[in-house]
Amino acid sequence: MEIKHVKLPLDYEKIIALKAGDRVLLTGYLYTARDAAHKRLKESLEKNETLPFDLSGQTLYYVGPAPAKPGYVVGPAGPTTSYRMDPYTPALLDHGLKGMIGKGIRNQTVIDAIIRNQCVYFAAVGGAAALISKTIKSKELIDYEDLGTEAIFKLYVEEFPVVVVIDAFGNNLYQ
Amino acid sequence: MREINTLLIKDAITELFLKANFSIGEKMIQRLEIAKQQETSETAKYVLEQIIENDRIAEREQIPMCQDTGLAIVFLEIGQEVFLTGQSINEAINEGVAEAYEKGFLRKSVVIDPLFNRINTKNNTPAIIYYDYINGDKIKINVLPKGAGSENMSQIKMLTPADGIEGMKRFVVECVRQAGPNPCPPIIVGVGVGGSFEKAALLSKKALMREIDETSHYPQYAELEKELLQEINNLNIGPAGLKGKTTCLSVNIEAYPTHIAALPVAVNIGCHAYRHAAIEI
Repeated sequence: MEIKHVKLPLDYEKIIALKAGDRVLLTGYLYTARDAAHKRLKESLEKNETLPFDLSGQTLYYVGPAPAKPGYVVGPAGPTTSYRMDPYTPALLDHGLKGMIGKGIRNQTVIDAIIRNQCVYFAAVGGAAALISKTIKSKELIDYEDLGTEAIFKLYVEEFPVVVVIDAFGNNLYQ
Repeated sequence: MREINTLLIKDAITELFLKANFSIGEKMIQRLEIAKQQETSETAKYVLEQIIENDRIAEREQIPMCQDTGLAIVFLEIGQEVFLTGQSINEAINEGVAEAYEKGFLRKSVVIDPLFNRINTKNNTPAIIYYDYINGDKIKINVLPKGAGSENMSQIKMLTPADGIEGMKRFVVECVRQAGPNPCPPIIVGVGVGGSFEKAALLSKKALMREIDETSHYPQYAELEKELLQEINNLNIGPAGLKGKTTCLSVNIEAYPTHIAALPVAVNIGCHAYRHAAIEI
């Protein structure tokens, strides 16, 4: 099977070329956020506050990395289960977020928001944390430092291996 | 009577949690290799290849195979002829856990209170500790770093005796079907059947301490494990939930006598990062 190379951030042309089932290697910047960060991002949107970064065209990686050993950029960093982010996701997609990387099922509200905003949901291999960490070349703290591993980080990744699970047309590989 | 200083237990706990998080063991890697050969889907092969490569990197570089290094679950079986000296055993175990999570750059994932204070305890304690007494003058320690992705997909149900073997099978398979891609398949399914509500849950956890090639010592249960494994793998969930033949690597059932009116069944799901380690002191 052909492997597609996609540069981040995402735009309309890149997204509509992706189909559920495609194997993709992602290169570029993405942002980390999981449970606690999602809660704060959504609260900020509701209060019309400025977010820690501009969501437009960006991709969120649902991850809480392990600490980095000395000499390492980042510790093991595999995807966490996505459904816990579902209550917060549609609001982020409606505000410009384009890509998500996690693992596991999304609910219908999220799928509707993916189609409505023409976004894409990728799965990384859950538990392949040591392998994935080798594709992460830099890590910069953006905000919510008090959340520890759940803080928002900006990562530069090179050829991060993912599979398209839900494409912009609502095709779903899990079904 | 044999005196054992709890300092020995503390050091053993540290070593076991490091070992469990870094090394999945050659048997498990071989099991994954066989699964990869049996898969016909390219995507399933690709996923299993990533998992095998991941496990080799973790072993080689002594880093955790998964970033979710889990809740620290500890089972102790203490010989009744052992006399413990030194600090309290609970403290010793928790200090051993804290040291492993600090020293090994393992992720600390415990919050103080589930509802009112979800603030990280910053050392991955308290551990979840179970004590049991056995004959003799030795201590057996089993540790399981248990990630939440698979733990969250676990279920328990109080079936009735009329539900029987078929009802039990339906519940186990349905639990795995509902979990789908979430618990990081290929999974290990721990089943506890019988006892009381909490006993079944505990048995399902203990079932996850078996070696990957170990079946039940009771022929009827070994047969049931085989049948369930087949039915689960027919679900076509596959590695990472991206379809394929390998949804589950092993079904491990532990049973216990139960009440005339009861048939508790607990399903504890373990991810492919099948981490556990044991030692006898």
